[in-house]
Amino acid sequence: MLRILLNAFHTGVVTTRYPAEPSVPPDRFRGLPVLRPGSHLPPPSVCPTGALSEHIDGGRRHVGLDVARCVFCGRCAEDPWAGAITMGRDFELAARCRDDLRIEVVADDPAVPAAGPASDPAAEAAHASSEIHRVLGRSLHLRHIDAGSCNACDWELTALLNPVYDVRRLGIDFVASPRHADGVVVTGSVTRNLETAVRRTLEAIPDPRVVIAVGACAASGGIVGESYASAGGVDRVLPVDVYIPGCPPRPEAIIFGILVAVGRLDARRPHRPHRATTTGSST
Amino acid sequence: MVALRAGALGSVEADVGPRPSDLTVRLGRPGDLPAAAAVLVGSHAMALATVVATDETTTPDHDLKVRYVFEPTTPGTPDRFVTLLVSVDSARPEVPSLTTAVPAANWHEREMQDLFGIVPVGHPDPRPLVVHDGWPQGVFPLRKAFDASRRVPVQPAAEFPHLVAEGEGVFEIPVGPIHAGIIEPGHFRFTSVGETVLNLEARLFYTHRGLEKRMEGLLPLDAFYVAERICGVCSVAHGLGYCEALEQIAGVDAPPRARLIRSIALELERLYNHVGDVGNICAGAAFHYGTTTGMRLKERLQQLNERVAGNRFLRGLVIPGGVRLDLPADLLGVIAATLQDTLAGLDSLMARIEANPSVVDRLDDTGVLQHQAALDLAVAGVAARASGVDRDARREHPHAAFAGPEPPDLHVVTASDGDAMARVNVRALEARESIRLVGELVRRLLPGPLGVALPEPLPGGRIGISAIESPRGEAVHWLRTDASGRVERYHLRSPSYHNWPAVVLAAQTAIVPDFPLVNKSFELCYSCTDR
Repeated sequence: MLRILLNAFHTGVVTTRYPAEPSVPPDRFRGLPVLRPGSHLPPPSVCPTGALSEHIDGGRRHVGLDVARCVFCGRCAEDPWAGAITMGRDFELAARCRDDLRIEVVADDPAVPAAGPASDPAAEAAHASSEIHRVLGRSLHLRHIDAGSCNACDWELTALLNPVYDVRRLGIDFVASPRHADGVVVTGSVTRNLETAVRRTLEAIPDPRVVIAVGACAASGGIVGESYASAGGVDRVLPVDVYIPGCPPRPEAIIFGILVAVGRLDARRPHRPHRATTTGSST
Repeated sequence: MVALRAGALGSVEADVGPRPSDLTVRLGRPGDLPAAAAVLVGSHAMALATVVATDETTTPDHDLKVRYVFEPTTPGTPDRFVTLLVSVDSARPEVPSLTTAVPAANWHEREMQDLFGIVPVGHPDPRPLVVHDGWPQGVFPLRKAFDASRRVPVQPAAEFPHLVAEGEGVFEIPVGPIHAGIIEPGHFRFTSVGETVLNLEARLFYTHRGLEKRMEGLLPLDAFYVAERICGVCSVAHGLGYCEALEQIAGVDAPPRARLIRSIALELERLYNHVGDVGNICAGAAFHYGTTTGMRLKERLQQLNERVAGNRFLRGLVIPGGVRLDLPADLLGVIAATLQDTLAGLDSLMARIEANPSVVDRLDDTGVLQHQAALDLAVAGVAARASGVDRDARREHPHAAFAGPEPPDLHVVTASDGDAMARVNVRALEARESIRLVGELVRRLLPGPLGVALPEPLPGGRIGISAIESPRGEAVHWLRTDASGRVERYHLRSPSYHNWPAVVLAAQTAIVPDFPLVNKSFELCYSCTDR
């Protein structure tokens, strides 16, 4: 027992101060791909999940990136497209609206501004003051549902409870029973074999409740897609409040998404511009 | 061959392949299968490595085929797969079941019945395995005629059919598929009297995502990203297994530096898994200091992964042809320092576990897997080695850095007790061995290219097979290209696929409250079992 106390004392405090202080990912980290307008952007076929798309509008080639579908493999940022797309280091990508995760640039004209969907500050404000925020804003107890994930997102949710992230310090916890929960975090694309269990778990949670889709599979179907075995994303089965991109999202990205879900972020951090714009940011 | 011929009534033809060291034996009649399998298992001490069914009805053969792949079990035997190949009439798709004689064939046969409609005649438990309640009869999603994007309507169906016991004090405990903790989905049905387990049935495949079908028709370089994502915590192992199978088809070898980096990545993957698992076992024994310490050590290793590969699960490091990222000297320094700290932390954690009688008491003699059962079920990895089965794919099927002319030393850890304590001890010793091995691999690193280009298009109609020692044991990958060089069929047999039936067997010797300990001591994946 004494040995254990001494070990604990020797280890000291290992807990991160995120989100009060920013988290800086390592150099090799692959975050939000940054598309350079007017450059030689790759064809959609380079993306293994179909996150890239293109269309011609007004004689110009538009290239779109669906961040929810991106698995951050970095293939579109390799030669010969390295100058057109770079893997940025932005990981705080959660959005309330699926369309906010779609980025579009014009490939052959750097002067044309981005056609990304503008975020609506009024709607954001309205949401933040909504019933969910009023009831759940102070603390949030979540139930996890693995709806057919590869286990990577699940491990990152578990990591939120380790001494480094310790999300209980933020009033967030994971509970055993859906009856005790304020919402769910769902990982995986919702397999056919789990669809009934997923629906029933949500039904067991009292209203109001939030649904957070964690990772590319949950947010969009990801690498799994839609098939005989997979619904192709959580919003095909449940109403989703927040989408957290990533394959898997790193623990801080999940914390960011959970705080977005309860509209608690503004109180803790200076306002940051919405990223669904032409160039994105490569902080 | 002589023995196979003697046992078979029909014609027997043997060819070299898929690899030059392998043998593929075509049996003229499916009826000869049990006799041929008996020769391999009985006289040659071979074990079932994987079973791969293919739909070849659109080829000139107009049939379904099943390949039963066997591997040697005696340590020191050269790396060789022997495939028994049978042609199955698509109008009457039946093969004799091997399960009674080769128990490891059990789930393989049920899976091919569900996905291909190939009936294993005489199977003792032919219930559906991969498809669940409400899947319509006669629809086989891995047949080529089945449209991959098709959603199949749910049919009304009876609940999970299982063995029912009745009597005074007998009750059933249904657990899952959604669990109380943050873990993968599976359903466990305990039949018990008090705390004593009378019977346990595990129902898995909740995370069946149809990934093998998903990969069909893709360019092999695209399909790699699916293989790397079959399982989060085996990303390196499965990505590498796919790459090695693909590189065989392409006729290329990854360069030496790439092979060393691949092996370093495999050991880093084993390490964060094993260290985390030692911590997790403490959760099952309510030793919170151990749980938290394990989580902290694992977190440090996953942060290291992110520095090495840009991803906390090491995704994006291994690619077909080699590796995508180099390990420069500064990063090697970070790896060495982190692993030294991990070693000290792990030693301290194991000392605290061993000094804690309430933890040791829970683990000792709990969930015993007998040596013979481990052999019969072709159990892999830590679970097998803790029951005295001296097998490790790094030695038996050399891959990555072990495939070179002077493979690194490898100390394969075994134990004889077969209980939860033995599995924890084997895991801790293997983690130490991984740390030592990374040091040796780093010392062998010489400057050189990181990859080779694969030919485009890839050769058509070729098979690649590989076996990788993942954190949970040997995973067998089987890949074949079609005439245009795209993926025609890919199949993964994960270690967990063979180990799940062993968990059920071991748990039946335990009491209900010890099930979490038994389960955690095996520490299996659902996602790479279910695919």
